[in-house]
Amino acid sequence: MIRFENVSKVYARGARPALDQVSVDVERGEFVFLVGASGSGKSTFLSLVLREQRPTRGRVYVAGRDVANLSGWRVPTLRRQLGVVFQDFRLLQNKTVHENVAFALQVIGKPRHVIRDTVPEVLDMVGLAGKGKRMPTELSGGEQQRAAIARAIVNRPQILLADEPTGNLDPTTSLGIMRLLDRINRTGTTVVMATHDDEIVNEMRRRVVELSDGVVVRDEARGGYGEREAILPEVGASPVLDAPGSGTRAPVQTVRGA
Amino acid sequence: MRLQFVLGEVLSGLRRNTTMVVAVVLVTFVSLTFVGAAALLQAQIGKLKDDWYDLVEVSVFLCPQGSMEPTCAAGEATEKQIDTVRQVIDTELSSEVSKVYFESKQQAFDAFSERYPDGYQGTQLTEEDMQASLRLKLTDAEQFAVVSDVLSGRDGVEIVEDQRAVFEPLFRTLNVATLLAAGLAGVMLLAAVLLITTTIRLSAVSRRKETEIMRLVGASNLFIQLPFLLEGALAAVLGSLLAGGGLWLAVRFMVSDWLERSVDWVAYVSEVDVLRVAPLLVIMAVALAALSSFFTLNRYTRI
Repeated sequence: MIRFENVSKVYARGARPALDQVSVDVERGEFVFLVGASGSGKSTFLSLVLREQRPTRGRVYVAGRDVANLSGWRVPTLRRQLGVVFQDFRLLQNKTVHENVAFALQVIGKPRHVIRDTVPEVLDMVGLAGKGKRMPTELSGGEQQRAAIARAIVNRPQILLADEPTGNLDPTTSLGIMRLLDRINRTGTTVVMATHDDEIVNEMRRRVVELSDGVVVRDEARGGYGEREAILPEVGASPVLDAPGSGTRAPVQTVRGA
Repeated sequence: MRLQFVLGEVLSGLRRNTTMVVAVVLVTFVSLTFVGAAALLQAQIGKLKDDWYDLVEVSVFLCPQGSMEPTCAAGEATEKQIDTVRQVIDTELSSEVSKVYFESKQQAFDAFSERYPDGYQGTQLTEEDMQASLRLKLTDAEQFAVVSDVLSGRDGVEIVEDQRAVFEPLFRTLNVATLLAAGLAGVMLLAAVLLITTTIRLSAVSRRKETEIMRLVGASNLFIQLPFLLEGALAAVLGSLLAGGGLWLAVRFMVSDWLERSVDWVAYVSEVDVLRVAPLLVIMAVALAALSSFFTLNRYTRI
C-alpha cells in the first residue's frame, strides 16, 4: 500500500538529510506507528506520502502509484485515496461540524444526495451523532478530533495518515481516539500514525517504525514505544530552566546603561 | 452541486473583500473608459476620412506664365505637354486614378469669382492670373504618394497637390488625443492589474485554511482556484460594463444629442460604435483578470 525504496530527502543543499535511505513497506490494512524524536523525519515521511514534497532520491509508491514521478494534475486523484488527521484538528471555524465534513465531499464534486446520506453516517460512526449542527468551538478537543477524523474518512480513503492525532488531548480522550482509529483500521483502511505518545504505542502493540535522524532504527511487528530517553533526549536530560536566554540578562542591562 | 458551491464561495469571497472589490471595479471602470475613448477617437478619425476623402482630390497644377519651377522653364504648359500628362495618367496610373478632368483657367476663374465675388484680399484678379490644372479622383485616397511620384517633375507640371493635407492638422490632433487616452489607459490598466493581484492575494490569504483542506482532500487545482479567478473576473467585468455604459452615455448626450445638432455636417461616432467597442472592453477585462490571477494563484494556491 505504501512502499519507500531507499528514499532520501534533503531540504537544503549540504544539510543533513531529513530522510536517509529509508526503505519501508506498509501492507494493505496494516496499522503502523511512526515514532521518533522531533526532527527525526516523521513529518517528512508523511508529506512524501501525501506528495506535498518529492523525494530527493529513491522511490515512493502509494496505492500502486509512483508518487515521486506523479505529475501535478494527478496529485488530487492520489489525495482522494488518502485521509489526513492533524494534531491541531484543522477544522474550519466558521462552519458547523456537518459542514466541515461535507466540505471534503463538496470540493471534490460529490453530488448532493451522496453528501446528504454519507455525512450523518460518518458522524455517527465517529461518535458525533446529533452534534452535526455544533460549531467546532462548542466541542471538546476529543470531539473536534473526531470531527476531523470524520472529515478524513468520509470519502472512504484506502489510507489514513495521522500526524500526532492525540498530541493535544488528555490520556483518556486519547484512548477514545485510538479506539476509533483502530475501528477504522479494522474496516480495511491502512493507518499510519506518527506519535510521541508512548502509552498508546505500548498498549496497542502494533507495528512500530522508529526513525532517528532520518534513518529507520527499528521496525518491529508488535513493538512498544522503546526507550523514552533515547527518543526524547532533550526533554529527558535537560530541564527547561536551562533553556537559552535565561542567563543572558546582564549583557542586556549593560547595553541599556550605556 | 459544483456550480452552486463555487458560486457560493465566490459570493462569500466578494462579501469578505467588499472594499477591495469596489476598488477593482472602479479602477477597471476608469481604465477601460480610457481604452474605449481611444478606440472611439480612432473610429471618429475613420469616419471623417471615409467622409472627407471622398470629396477631395489630387490637383496637378499645370505651369502658369512666369513660374520659377524648372519643369516650367518653357513657359505656360502647352497642349502637347498636357496631352502627354493625360496619357501618362491613362496608362501608368490607370489603376490608381478613377476620374480625370481638366480645369481650364476660365473654369478656375469662374470658381474663384463665385467664392470671392469682391476679389481676393482687395485685389481684383483676372482669368490670366489663374492656373489650369488636372483634377484627379483616386480610387484609393491613400495612393497619393504613387501618383505624386509619377507626375511630379514632368514638363508642364508645376506641382502636384494632395488636398487631404488640409485635414492633416485635425487628424493629428485627434491622433494625439488618442495617444493621450491610450497612455492614461495604460497606466490605469497597470494599476488595475496590481489591484486585482492584491485583491486575489488577500482573498487567498483570508481563505488559506479552506484552501489547505481542499488541497488535502484532493480537490482539483481548477476547483481550488476557480472561486478566486471568478472573483477577479467578476469585478473586472463589472468595471468594463460600467465603462461601456459610461461611454454610451457620453456618446448619447455629448455627441448625438449635442455635437450633432450644433455642427451637423460632420459624421460622428454613434451609440452603434460604442456597442461595437463594448465587447472588446469586456474581453479586455477578462484577460486582465485572467493575467493577474494566473500570476497570483500560482504563488498562493499551489498544490
